Amino acid sequence: MNEMIKMVVVLTILASVSGGLLAAVRNGTEAQIENQQLEFVKGPAIKMILDGSSNDPIADRFKIMHQNTEKSFFVGRFDGKANVIAFEGAGKGYGGDIGIMVGVNIDEDKIIGAAVTTHSETPGLGATAKDDPGFVSQFKNLSITESIKVTNDGGKINAMSGATITSRAVCAGVTDAMDIYQNLKPQLTEKIKAFNQ
Amino acid sequence: MPKTITQEFTKGLWEELPPFRLVLGLCPVLGVTTTMENGIGMGLATTFVLLGSNFFVSIFRNIIPAKVRIACFIIIIASFVIVVELLMQAYAYKLFLKLGVFIPLIVVNCIVLGRAEAFASKNKIPHSVADALGIGIGFTLSLGALGALREILGKGTVTVWETWMFNLSSIFPSFQPFDFMVQAPGAFVALGLMLCVLNVIGD
Repeated sequence: MNEMIKMVVVLTILASVSGGLLAAVRNGTEAQIENQQLEFVKGPAIKMILDGSSNDPIADRFKIMHQNTEKSFFVGRFDGKANVIAFEGAGKGYGGDIGIMVGVNIDEDKIIGAAVTTHSETPGLGATAKDDPGFVSQFKNLSITESIKVTNDGGKINAMSGATITSRAVCAGVTDAMDIYQNLKPQLTEKIKAFNQ
Repeated sequence: MPKTITQEFTKGLWEELPPFRLVLGLCPVLGVTTTMENGIGMGLATTFVLLGSNFFVSIFRNIIPAKVRIACFIIIIASFVIVVELLMQAYAYKLFLKLGVFIPLIVVNCIVLGRAEAFASKNKIPHSVADALGIGIGFTLSLGALGALREILGKGTVTVWETWMFNLSSIFPSFQPFDFMVQAPGAFVALGLMLCVLNVIGD
């Protein structure tokens, strides 16, 4: 009996101490990790979508709570007016979640561009979604109310050959982003106003 | 006769050199050594985990009940692996992108658990730290050497932290990169060749 108690006590203490330590390290590195992700993963995608904007979209960002998670929105200024926001949606791919950054023109409710950020798809097949701009360029100029699907499912997007699951996941990611956009539209318009003053 | 601290340290560099003499922990050895940088990065991450786990396992060696020792070791090891993963994401993001899933897999690297079970749980703290440093540095050097061999045969170049680059074709203009060596089967061939060379030297 004594040994039993000792085992429980030792394991409990070890587990709680390591839990506390990990929470501390996580808190300490959170901001730095976010910066690194912005620089290496999201940054290039945002720059591609908001090509030609006169501001720095990574510096002009704000956050809104959506379904208990904080979402980041990046503002792009074109022709002197801040009217484009870029943000991330997610779809379930072949090898895990695929993050997809979508830029939306808030005045016209139109997609101006999309780019894959984080993914774990097969190199040469699904990973083409990130490497080849041809596939994601199909999302350009779609209206937010259109249903975004691959041609096999009755939509407009031509799937990448050999990567139907990834193509569907990217479409689902863009649809997810559009849902977020429609849910948050009033708050987004409000926030964007502040950038135009 | 108990070994001295220096002997515990140096045994990891030759006698018990992990991938080549013990032939342990081969999964990351084969997986990440496509370039020298990746190999060294992976080796350093493993060394950090090994150092932390050996140190704490040795501190708690008299408190940990024998029946749940493996569970206790794994808690300690897993904590250090997550710390490494977070630190790497925060300060070496490019390396993190390249090493990917191999970092969380250090948890099940048999070298780390093996040293905790076979050494740190039976020896004093200074000896355990010396053992971890020796094995860790040996592992890092082995991965670096294997990575350099594969990189030079497969790509014809060796890059060090993106600033200094050695190009083989500047010495042998007729050298053609041997793509096979940076792919997975090439890892087995390169490892086999290095094992062969080290066995010849060892004898």
